[in-house]
Amino acid sequence: MADTAKAKGGGTARSTGGRRRTRKDAAPDLTSERPETLLDYYRQMLLIRRFEERTGQAYTQARIGGYCHLNLGEEATVVGLMTALREDDYLFTNYRDHGYAIGKGMSPRTVMAELYGRSDGVSKGWGGSMHMYDTETRMLGGYGIVGGQLPLATGAALAISYRGGDEVVMCQMGDGTTNIGAWHESLNIASLWNLPIVFVVVNNFTGMGTTVEKSSAEPELYKRGSAFRIEGVRVDGRDVLAVRDAAADLVERARSEQRPYLLEATSYRMKGHSVVDPAKYRTEEQAAEARANDPVASFEARLEEAGILDEEKKKEIAEAVRDEVADAADFAENSPHPEVSTLFDYTYATPVANESRRMPADPVFAE
Amino acid sequence: MSVITYRQALRDTLRAEMHRDENVLLLGEEIGVFEGSYKITEGLLKEFGERRVRDTPIAEEGFVGAAIGAAMLGLRPVVELMTINFSLIAIDQIINHAAKIYGMFGGQTSVPMVIRTPGGGGQQLGATHSQNIELFYAFIPGLKVLAPSTPAEAASMLRAAIRDDDPVLFLENLGLYNTKGEVPDDESVAEIGRAAVTREGTDITLIGYSRMAMVATQVAEKLAAEDISVEVVDLRSLRPLDRETVVASVRKTGAAVVAEDDWLTYGIGAEIAASIQEGAFDYLDAPVRRVAMAEVPMPYAKPLESAALPSVASITTAVKETLSAVGKRVG
Repeated sequence: MADTAKAKGGGTARSTGGRRRTRKDAAPDLTSERPETLLDYYRQMLLIRRFEERTGQAYTQARIGGYCHLNLGEEATVVGLMTALREDDYLFTNYRDHGYAIGKGMSPRTVMAELYGRSDGVSKGWGGSMHMYDTETRMLGGYGIVGGQLPLATGAALAISYRGGDEVVMCQMGDGTTNIGAWHESLNIASLWNLPIVFVVVNNFTGMGTTVEKSSAEPELYKRGSAFRIEGVRVDGRDVLAVRDAAADLVERARSEQRPYLLEATSYRMKGHSVVDPAKYRTEEQAAEARANDPVASFEARLEEAGILDEEKKKEIAEAVRDEVADAADFAENSPHPEVSTLFDYTYATPVANESRRMPADPVFAE
Repeated sequence: MSVITYRQALRDTLRAEMHRDENVLLLGEEIGVFEGSYKITEGLLKEFGERRVRDTPIAEEGFVGAAIGAAMLGLRPVVELMTINFSLIAIDQIINHAAKIYGMFGGQTSVPMVIRTPGGGGQQLGATHSQNIELFYAFIPGLKVLAPSTPAEAASMLRAAIRDDDPVLFLENLGLYNTKGEVPDDESVAEIGRAAVTREGTDITLIGYSRMAMVATQVAEKLAAEDISVEVVDLRSLRPLDRETVVASVRKTGAAVVAEDDWLTYGIGAEIAASIQEGAFDYLDAPVRRVAMAEVPMPYAKPLESAALPSVASITTAVKETLSAVGKRVG
């Protein structure tokens, strides 16, 4: 299932003779899994699916402003990755971050309230869709600037290493990010300084509309770590168990070896780049392929075939998820807008003399 | 009290802060083995080791961003950018990340870091290595921008910057590193956001920061011999900007000249002049003058470079012309 690109020339010096695991060639066998665990993955995937559908709806109803990028079609990747992390591990992501926020442990309520720009949002309405952040669950941010999170995540891993901690940083990004300078600088630093970080490229084969082949001279992205002697692995991002196993392996190796790793998860965006993108650049075949590869539907079918999920259980989970999403939307809807009086509360952490608190038409010098 | 260079004041302060707080670490190009392009970090690798004094690859975006990420987890990194010109390569991390993280995430995480970097022309380094672009950072809410002009200020302001929980751009100047001054032995911590009247006077207010604050003092000393009383205001903090101190001085003297090493159009002096007209309109006896660098890419040849930069002579001329406009006797 997973391809690997080994670092050439003894780059993973600290990993040679280490705990390389043998990977199975076929999709992980369901019979070796606990049924409750599988049902929980299914529930989480369905929660993200329904949450994002509700988000898209709220956006078209103008309840949510700004840009809005959904994780539809990436549920298996999100849940597989988040399952591989410990609670005290850190996560940095790009702007397609709602599912990750929920997957890392944030309440759908505070995520939805943030999308609505309300005071009960996780960042009190200061961040919005692209900037989910929660100190508590160590989701250290969705970032709107492509590649912006890579140096930050590398620095978080530096802080862990500096203190001799055993947490790991996971840094998620899209396929287009592998072409930006911050990618090269961050992977180089992470490898030079032996930092415990797993870079995860979610490859949905399209930037906004530009294909990977048109933007990356090496389109097999997991191989691009080799320039930095970082071992890379490619996994089918539509298979939650394959993603979990590959990610868990790399996360634990990063932890025990204090080395960076690279994981590429191939995935399909079900919709356009953002809610307002009709994805006209996609052919009908590509759209049909994305639908046929729906990770939620295919996992559901696998669970049904294995006799783990029946109609009754399916209905029970669907209803619970529906209620949770409705509750999140209600919570957001009823949360107050932030008070304008709080406008100057978050410019500086350390209060400072002569900080400007001038409203647009105020004179510079108040009498 | 001891008399030391600006360079020594910075080095002593870095060393003391590293001894005081285990979370303080240094990152930058050539700061360790090479001991710094301008030798600010001389001896520190030997004293503290590679864990706390890290030579970085030539990757400003990468290592400035890494310092931000480390600060998010509670370390207090002090980054050296070899010159402010190279900050342009890290500008996305500084402006879109360091300056935004506290506010954008609703105050959940602060970014306690310092970026030390020298600006300044006059060293025949040509167009790309002689710029004064601190304005780019002084423009950005969420950043604090300090510009000390003396060894004593360098020490007390660096101490303040390292202990502050926000990202601080700490502007040094190539022309100041060898200047000497008295530095108190106490561990005084400057207050960020405050300008200072560094010399009292009655005829005119002369405003500067960094190297220009030093030159302004030289101008004031020279004009004192001609019986012209110049009050000098050192801005010290470019963000937040202490307009009150500037305006209080101009209300007293009735005239003002701003000296700046950056370009005039849209420069720091433009902001100061606008603040003076709003805060001291009724007190002004002449238009506010600005003395700034000529609006060209800095040339290499010495006569051209010298002509492009503000100097004691050009500032003196502007002060005298302003006083003539006021109708005061000039020598």
